[in-house]
This record gives sequence, C-alpha cells and structure tokens, in this order.
Amino acid sequence: MTIPIRPIRPIQPIAADAAPRRLRIRVLRFNPQQPAVAAHWQTYELDDAAGMTLFIALGEIREKLDPSLQFDFVCRAGICGSCAMLIDGRPALACRTLTKNLATEFTLAPLPVFELIGDLSVDTGKWMRGMSERLESWVHQQEEAIDLRRLEARMEPELAEKIYELDRCIECGCCVAACGTARMREDFVGAVGLNKIARFRLDPRDSRSDEDFYELIGDDNGVFGCMSLLGCHDFCPKHLPLSSQIAFIRRKMVAIGWK
Amino acid sequence: MKIVYTDVLVIGGGLAGLRVAIGAKRRGHEAIILSLVPPKRSHSAAAQGGMQASLGNVVKGQGDNEDVHFEDTVRGSDWGADQRVVRMFVDTAPKAVRELAAWGVPWSRVARGDRQVIINGQKVTLAERDEAHGLLAQRDFGGTKKWRTCYVSDGTGHAMLFAVSDRAIAESITVHERMEAIALIHDGGRCHGAVVRNLVTGDLSAYVAKATTIATGGAGRVYRVTTNAVICEGIGTAIALETGVARLGNMEAVQFHPTAIFPAGILVTEGCRGDGGLLKDVDGHRFMPDYEPEKKELASRDVVSRRMETHIRKGKGARSRFGEHLWLDITQLGRAHIEKNLREVKEICEAFLGIDPVEQMIAVRPAQHYTMGGIRTDHTGQSPTLKGLFAAGEAACWDLHGFNRLGGNSVAETVVAGMIVGESIADYCDLLENDAAIATGLVREFVAAEQAGLDRMVSGGGSENASTLRGAMQDIMTAKVGIFRTGADLAAAVSELQALLERSRHIGVRGGGPGANPELVTAYRVRKMLKLALCVAHGAAERTESRGAHFREDFPRRDDAQWLKRTLATWKGDDHTLPTLAYEALDVKTMELPPGWRGYGAKDYVEHPDTPARTAEVQTLRERLREAPRFDVQHALMRYEDLLPKSLRGRNERIDEPLS
Repeated sequence: MTIPIRPIRPIQPIAADAAPRRLRIRVLRFNPQQPAVAAHWQTYELDDAAGMTLFIALGEIREKLDPSLQFDFVCRAGICGSCAMLIDGRPALACRTLTKNLATEFTLAPLPVFELIGDLSVDTGKWMRGMSERLESWVHQQEEAIDLRRLEARMEPELAEKIYELDRCIECGCCVAACGTARMREDFVGAVGLNKIARFRLDPRDSRSDEDFYELIGDDNGVFGCMSLLGCHDFCPKHLPLSSQIAFIRRKMVAIGWK
Repeated sequence: MKIVYTDVLVIGGGLAGLRVAIGAKRRGHEAIILSLVPPKRSHSAAAQGGMQASLGNVVKGQGDNEDVHFEDTVRGSDWGADQRVVRMFVDTAPKAVRELAAWGVPWSRVARGDRQVIINGQKVTLAERDEAHGLLAQRDFGGTKKWRTCYVSDGTGHAMLFAVSDRAIAESITVHERMEAIALIHDGGRCHGAVVRNLVTGDLSAYVAKATTIATGGAGRVYRVTTNAVICEGIGTAIALETGVARLGNMEAVQFHPTAIFPAGILVTEGCRGDGGLLKDVDGHRFMPDYEPEKKELASRDVVSRRMETHIRKGKGARSRFGEHLWLDITQLGRAHIEKNLREVKEICEAFLGIDPVEQMIAVRPAQHYTMGGIRTDHTGQSPTLKGLFAAGEAACWDLHGFNRLGGNSVAETVVAGMIVGESIADYCDLLENDAAIATGLVREFVAAEQAGLDRMVSGGGSENASTLRGAMQDIMTAKVGIFRTGADLAAAVSELQALLERSRHIGVRGGGPGANPELVTAYRVRKMLKLALCVAHGAAERTESRGAHFREDFPRRDDAQWLKRTLATWKGDDHTLPTLAYEALDVKTMELPPGWRGYGAKDYVEHPDTPARTAEVQTLRERLREAPRFDVQHALMRYEDLLPKSLRGRNERIDEPLS
C-alpha cells in the first residue's frame, strides 16, 4: 500500500469571520484484534477551527463520529512523544500539528516499523525498551554505592548543557519511522539508539570506553548500517543534531574498528 | 483466570512508581510496574521548572538548609501539612537530587564569576563563588526564601524521568505497559493486589502481591481546563476509594497554576517568573506588586492565581475570542537566556500560540494543575485502614503539601517518597506475617465482578453516553469548584454531579468490538472520576473556611479554630452518591512551626486555641537554645529522625556546612 505524500503547505492565515473549512481526514484503519476486517482508509469530515491541532481533531472524531478509533495522546504538549504518526506520509507529533498547516484533505497512518496496536496506535514502548536493554542506555557508574550525604560530583556547566542537548530525545519514534535502514534491517538501532550512545559517551559519569560502545553498535545493525539518508534528522520533532552525532560516532567507531 | 504473582505491585510508571520499584527490588523483592503508557511518557515528564532541594550552591541560595525549606513548605501548605512528613521530605530531598546526579541527570551547573540576571524587573549582576563551580545550580521559584530549585533547563521532569526509567531498566524491573488496574482486590482489612485490564486486548487478569502501591499521579482531568496530561484521570485514587476501606485525604485541595497558556491550558513553567518574568494586564501594567508588595509574582501559586482572577474580574483582562486572559512577559530575559533555560516554553509558544516569546507576551490564565489530596497514608506511605496498600507521589496524601503545594516540591516529592516508601515496603515484605495468603476464590470473585460490570456497559442496554457525562462533569468542576468557591455554587455542583453519577449507571457503549475499545475505557473511567469529583465538591462545600488553594468567597478567612483538620473521604457502597466525610485534627501542640501569617496573601485568620501556648513554648525554647547548633534546636522542637528509614538518615553536606 502506498501512502500519498504531499508537500507541506505554508501557513495560511484564516480570517476570523470566514466560514470554517470542511476538513476531510483519511485515516488508515486496522485492528489486529479483528483480523477479518481488512486494512482500509476511512474518511472523517469535520469543521476546521482556529488553533485546532490533530489532538483536538482526533478527540472530536472519537467523541462525535467514531468511538472505536484508536490513537495515543498523553501530554498533548509535544513533550512525551506518544502521538507520533504519519501525517500525509511524514512522521510527526500529532499534538503539535495544527490543521491550518494542512490541506483540506489529508491522511493519517500509523508509524511503520513498530508493532501495530490498532489504527494510529503503535507499540513504541516495547521497541524502545528493547533498544535500551540492548544498548544499556544508562550511566555505568564506576562505584556501586555513592554517599548521598556528600556534595555531588562536579561537572563543567558547558558539558552539562551538551549532555542535555542530546538527552532531550523523547523516544517518539519519528526517526525510526523516517529511516531507510530501519525498513530493511529489523534490528537496526536507529538514530534514537545512536544518539543515546553519543549522549552516554559524552557523560563522564559513564565508565564505558569506545571499545565498549563498539561492541554495542560497531556493526550493520549499529552505526555502520546508516546509509546517511538522514530522514531522522529532517523529521526529529525536537531538532536533535542527529546528522552530526551519527557522523561523529561513526568516525569514533571506525577508529576502534581499524585497531 | 490468569493470575500473576509478585512481591510488590506498583501501579503507575512515573517517577514515584519507578523509584518505589527500584527501592523494593534493591532490597530483594520482586516488583512489577503496571503502566497505562510506556513509563517515559508519564506525566512526570511535564514538570518543567525544577526540583526543590536545599543545596545552597548559588549565592542567592546561600544560607539555605532544611530549616528554611521546612518553613517555606509549611507556610505554603497554609499549615495543612503534616510537619513531621515535611521534615522527612526536606531532609531527604538533597539526597534524592544527588542520587539523580549520580544516575546521570544532566543538572544545570553553577559557573564561577559574574552573570546577569533579572530580579524584580531589574538587571542585577551576581558573582558566583569559585567553590560552587560545577555543583548543581538553583533558580528562584514562588513561595521560597532562597533560590532552591535545581533544574535541567526547563526539561527537568523529562531528564529525571528518563534517568530513573533507564535505572529501572538497568535493574531489570519488569514493566507491563498498557495495563490498567480497575479494582483493588482486598478482604476488608488487607489489600492483595488488583484486577487489571489489558488496554490492547481488553482481557482481564489478576495481579496478586504482598504489597500494592498506587503511584498514578493526579486527577486533573476531572476539570475541563487543566495542565494535566490526558491520562491524569485519578483512576488509581478512585480504585482505592472504591474499596470502601481506604480513605482519601483533603480532596478539596486543588491547585490552579497561574500560567497555563490560553486557551489550550498547556503549562508554561513557574521558572519564567522565577527567572524574572512579569505578569501584565490589558494596559501592559505590572499588577502583582499592587496586591503582593513583598513577593509580587513569586507569592505562592494559590495566591498569584487568585490575584490574577481578581484582576480579570476588575475588567483588566485582555480580551480574545475565547475569553479573557492576562499576559506573561519574559521578553526582558533576552533571547540567549530563553533559548537556553526556557526552551520548552519557547517551543510551546511557537507551536500552540504561533508567537516567539522573545519578542511577544504570552497569553496566560490559571488552570487546574495539581491534586494536593489523595490516598491517605501514614509517613511510611501505607494506608492506616487497608493494610498492604501503599501510595506515593501525587496520588498520595501523606500530607506534604497541605492545602497548597510549592512549585518544585512535587517532582522532589516523587523521588523522595519513592525512596522512603520503597524502603518501608521492603520492610513490610521482609516480615513473614505479611506473606501473601489469599484464596483464589476471592481473586476469582473480584475478577468476575469487574467482568460483569464491563459486560453490562457493553450489552446492558444502557442509553447514556460516557463522553457526554464526562464533558458535563468537567464543565461543572471548572465552573463551580474552581479558584473562587461559594456555598451556593458548591451545593449546585454536588447535586449536579450526583445526578451525573446516577446517569452513569446506565451508560451504554455503542461499539462492542474486541480489543482496546476506547469507548468502554471512557465508560468505566467516568464512573470512577465522578466519585472523585464528588469527593472534591462535597469536601469543598463542607469546609466553611479558606485555606491555601481552597478559597470560599463566603468564608474568606482561614479558621484554625474550626478547620485545622484534614478531610477524610470514604465511599461506603456502590449505590451511594456521596462520600462519607470524617475529619482528622492536626495537633498544634506538637508543631515545630505553629500556625501564623504566611508572609503573603490574606493576613487575618481565626486562631486555634492551642496556638498562643505553643507559640510561646517554641519561642522560649528557641531563646534558651539561642547558642545551640540548629540541629539541636530542631531536635528539641519536634522529633522526626526515627521516622526515616535508616539508610536515608544523616546530615546533608553543603559548601557552608561541611561534614566532619
């Protein structure tokens, strides 16, 4: 099945007194609990409104038109990463997408790669936990026990900021859905995983060396699987510096591989 | 029937639940976390501005310590808090923030030397000390005497949640995602676990545990206008209430945050004001100094929210097609500061308001933000009436916040309570007498009853629409149980909510398909939410005084003589339409800080008869121990150290208070 891709339209100002547009929202539907009903496109019509996001639009559809429609929202403020989906074929956070920036008719589909729960809901949680376990995405401390009564270990303020820059990832899955390699290699760690390695590599509290990181990502399911198409970078809703981080990590891993 | 057995069942995968599970597991007890969503998507992530811990690293925090944090918190609570719990909390908060630093949270750090800040609308230069360089930085927040709020830009909750969640993964803690506890299994005296619905397949199963912990956060979604995430529906709190045995404390204490963007209700952090942002009206006038000459924009949240609404009532609100609002002005902070320390705020303004806060003011109005009330527990986190049931974080009322919570004290509470309650659960599970001993017949009865209830909603021929009822409830709560409350409004709210609860017994779910069935989810949740809403509204109607965030226009004074007590709500039967209320008095005679004026807000209140004697006693003691170290003075006033788990005791080191 191909999903039509439209160019993103520039923001159109809506006059306050103009009659609202009638939106036609085409949603790709399938419920794995009801395998007898084949995947199909379903169209919902509703009036556009000022400031309407896809969070508001989908809520209205479920409340007024179709209570069975499945999708995920949590924070509805662009910080929790629950609501990533394909909007006109492009991965994005639905809660942060204003309908005024979309055409009158547009499509919504679940993120690819992740296991489908139903309609627009996918299981990013399971995928991300698997990635975290595999890459051991936590600080590997030098000492087991720390004395919590003592002053905290110092860190240069600029370094803390650099770590936070990479720590801002919300694991929404947009980078994985936008990744060519992830479509071909089931076990590819994705930009989200490579960014984690970059983040922990930067952190002096983590005792792991580049040799240790090479064991985790020094293959085609890791950094060498990246084809540098960089859909991840283009579609990251937090604007993480993924292209430079992947290039940097690749260089570091190549250096280990040649030893 | 599928039964899962574990030592510790933790319901809720946010910061509090994760930290409880880590604590229990480290003591050798198996823990399973149930979470509606992947844990890293929990509402803990939405805490932006920071976590209070009295480290005193920055110059404006110098002199801060547990004593100052204690007094700020008690005054903030309007004397509703349990002062021993506040002491346990302020003592553990520095340890918690340091543990998180070791676990990888990229806390913002102090840089030595001069830096420009905005204080009270003026540019000021601060010189940070050499010896503080590289330690955790603090910013200013409302209701605090010192700069105490540790932060990670304005993504503090996110960074904390990811570090703690990754720690839980590192320690192989099992998380069952998209699982919802819909009833507690109990025998009237002891809790044995929960009936759990799988939100993907719709199947029910039972989880049986020695200890069950509820850490499901707040219930903001009983209101229409709220900063809370859509999953903050208070279901964990409601299933405790539905046991008829566990009690909810102070449900009428609901916080409204001053700066939610208008009209979407999305939070912008108190850090905006802490860093120097100002509140302005339709004329561009900075109005807060007119009402609060001392603390101005940085009085406690309840006070600032009321002043804002009063100012709007005076006709000073800016008008938009969605109604009236005020302005938050952070333009004077400058681009560099905003893009570094308030970047989430900037992103939110761009995405939802279409403005750049570096250039333009932000439309704001107060919105529901925090549930001070919750499952009543003792200082160990256990329900005094239902053994084996624990609660931690926003879902709990062990009573740290009383009638108003200070900004930055809630994320701090999640991890502090997680540390303390995790230890006490481990102690509980260590005792042989607390082994799980429950007949499968009882488990089966609970699962069958829940299944029957769900089946009735799908095929019982009911005609009521769950979404309609929920919308009506949210409108009633926002219109009549909000910032300003009156007896007439509250009485109307209670009877209207009772009518909705009656109607909710006849909900009919239109689609009966297998799987998640989001309509069915709304249906069973709205019945639980209505009970919580009734606890809030009924408690507020009965409380004929004003305290903290609970403000009665018809009873504007705080009345310690009548109301220095905690409301306790129980739900005695499923056919009831009102909670049964009882009250638990706070003992002035044992308070370290006897009731007085908060230092902001209204100055007149009705004194408790015990207050003068206790105040004199405290003064005499302080006078006598004038030369003594502050720890000795505190010790003489109120004992609390013995209440802390042994592993969390001990003084906290500071630059100005080195440990020997």
